[in-house]
Amino acid sequence: MAGIKSLDELKALRDKYKSSVEMRSSTDEENRVRIAVGMATCGIASGSRETINAIVDEVRAQGLNNVSVVQTGCLGYCYAEPVVEIRMPGKEPVLYGNVDSKRGREIVNKHIKNGEVITDLVIERSRC
Amino acid sequence: MGSYRMDVLVCGGTGCQASNSIDVIETMSKEIKAAGLEKEINLVTTGCFGFCEQGPIVKIQPDNVFYVKVTPESAAVIVKEHFVKGRVVKELLYEEPKTRKKLEEQSDMPFYKKQERIALRNCGLIDPENINEYIAVDGYQALGKALSEMTPEQVIDEVKRSGLRGRGGGGFPTGTKWELTRMSKADRRFIICNADEGDPGAFMDRSILEGDPHSVLEAMAIAGYAIGADSGYIYIRAEYPLAINRLKIAVKQAYDMGLLGKNILGTDFSFDIHLKYGAGAFVCGEETALINSIEGGRGEPTVKPPFPAEVGLWKMPTNINNVETFANVCPILLRGADWFASIGTEKSKGTKVFALAGKVNNVGLVEVPMGTTLREIIFDLGGGIKNNRKFKAVQTGGPSGGCITEENLNIPIDYDSLTEIGSMMGSGGMIVMDEDDCMVNIAKFYLEFTVDEACGRCTACRVGNKRLHEILTKITEGKGTEEDLERLKDLSQIIKDSSLCGLGQTAPNPVLSTMKYFWHEYLAHVNDKYCPAGVCKALLKYHIIPEKCKGCTLCTKVCPKGIISGKLKEAHVINKEECIACGACEQVCKFGAITRM
Ligand SMILES: Cc1cc2nc3c(=O)[nH]c(=O)nc-3n(C[C@H](O)[C@H](O)[C@H](O)COP(=O)(O)O)c2cc1C
Repeated sequence: MAGIKSLDELKALRDKYKSSVEMRSSTDEENRVRIAVGMATCGIASGSRETINAIVDEVRAQGLNNVSVVQTGCLGYCYAEPVVEIRMPGKEPVLYGNVDSKRGREIVNKHIKNGEVITDLVIERSRC
Repeated sequence: MGSYRMDVLVCGGTGCQASNSIDVIETMSKEIKAAGLEKEINLVTTGCFGFCEQGPIVKIQPDNVFYVKVTPESAAVIVKEHFVKGRVVKELLYEEPKTRKKLEEQSDMPFYKKQERIALRNCGLIDPENINEYIAVDGYQALGKALSEMTPEQVIDEVKRSGLRGRGGGGFPTGTKWELTRMSKADRRFIICNADEGDPGAFMDRSILEGDPHSVLEAMAIAGYAIGADSGYIYIRAEYPLAINRLKIAVKQAYDMGLLGKNILGTDFSFDIHLKYGAGAFVCGEETALINSIEGGRGEPTVKPPFPAEVGLWKMPTNINNVETFANVCPILLRGADWFASIGTEKSKGTKVFALAGKVNNVGLVEVPMGTTLREIIFDLGGGIKNNRKFKAVQTGGPSGGCITEENLNIPIDYDSLTEIGSMMGSGGMIVMDEDDCMVNIAKFYLEFTVDEACGRCTACRVGNKRLHEILTKITEGKGTEEDLERLKDLSQIIKDSSLCGLGQTAPNPVLSTMKYFWHEYLAHVNDKYCPAGVCKALLKYHIIPEKCKGCTLCTKVCPKGIISGKLKEAHVINKEECIACGACEQVCKFGAITRM
């Protein structure tokens, strides 16, 4: 392996690898955006694995580093799987239904990046 | 890489490996493949999380779920339930003993709540065998900053202003030591990292080297730049094979990346690191003995002054620091001296890692700000005393330190406050004792250790400590007198005053401090021939409680001396004069009628 020749090269290397450890830190949990994908049997059967992987990929591609993508169990909306819940700090959670990988990427770009709720996908805005 | 959706961090420290974490990792890896998840889930072997009592530890991110006591079988369940279906496996969460609530997140656990991790910042977070992960968490940035933006004097000044003091026991100001070494005139200078870690019960240095070896290599290079040294040695005991292995890997990776060796980061600074193995002798942790050992001589101390900063390795000025001291250096350069100095007490800055052991519920490693009280460490983080027994004392500073009792538990601890109450910080070993521990016996235990480990060079330590040990043995055998207690005191003082090195000078400390706080126990041993804790075998007397004895005669059958008498269905008695305290009767009694007194 070629040696690192300068501090700038070292910094570039750090920025390259940063995303690989980003999700390990659990500090600043309150200020993070949480995207939870329903991954119970019904979710998986409807393709939620493709959805979650697409979302993770898009989050990385967009360089969003305050976002956690996690999987969750059955939310009781089996008819609308894959289900994705978005929790942004200080806002009410939004629940999307029938999210395939394409729409998953759309959620990242519109909702997470620009704060735009995609109304035709919303199945419920819960109160808690 | 880069598109994993989940990181699974499994502890690969020595503690968790001893409870089978290697099999846990293997099973997980197999199950993850079987579920077709290997492209989505990143299985990482990390260093120690500190919560060794609950090992093996498995932490899931970004879910922030912390599993404890994971077995290979339950690892398979985690994959099937958590990774595939997104369901947290409740049975494997840590249960808060008081509320019996299952806690999902690490930060909610009392063990972690009061911790502040600087030296242990990367332990349990990154893969210690992958330099890229270290680089990802700002690794080698401090070295880069020092080499390209700071003069050696500025580096020293930053460390001085941070208030960092040596974590190896002495508490000497680190920046000042660097400055002294730099100012010594010579053609060459050396850096040594002291990884001998001889204090029984302490394992923070091992955990740092196992969990974050690069942080020590980087700090050694920074120290080399600051004092003008072109090479450094890590003196590590051969009994630490995992730490040695991880160090070897780390050193090789650092060389390959050009972060050690010639012209680091394109500057004209070059620095080499060598590993030297010790045979695990306590005295070789003493800096002058350590230097002799590296040079190939006997591990014996020499008189100071001259200090290693003036005349050290190969007679050249040498800066020697402890592993944990080095582990604090990079954050100081990156976050600034003011940040570091804002943590801790007036004269002791930053944090200290303690190794909790003995009769405490949560055995493990904790890092807390200086000024935390012993009560917080033992009762909040440590979860209190095992089996609901009563706290009696805690030994800090290992065989060189002393015991601390209930009355001093609320003192904010730092280097100076511990010395004031007759103990010392030492390397951070903390052995908790409960009512079942005999303090005379504890003093004897530590003396046995120092007598064993003494190098034999000076008479005061070689002969004096042996005599101390003999007198203590005599007392625990019920043959001691009050004059013996006086002799213990006098001799202790003489040894302290006339020994050559720190080993002898501090060896009597456990005797003096147990005498100070538990004088009555010593008196009971010599005057009443009685061991209040019921530990010293020769002083043990067994007694049958008449009200509880049913007269079943079982005890009479097992007593090897045949000295228990009594009629069937009537209370029995033990002939105390003849009793050899073997305890056989106590073991067979079904009615709890036989007690020690
Ligand atoms: C008997 C004896 C044993 C010691 N063992 C160790 C040890 O295992 N590790 C250590 O770092 N320092 C040990 N020391 C302290 C070292 O002599 C030295 O002060 C220390 O390594 C300096 O590093 P620091 O300033 O970073 O603490 C020991 C001292 C004595 C007297």
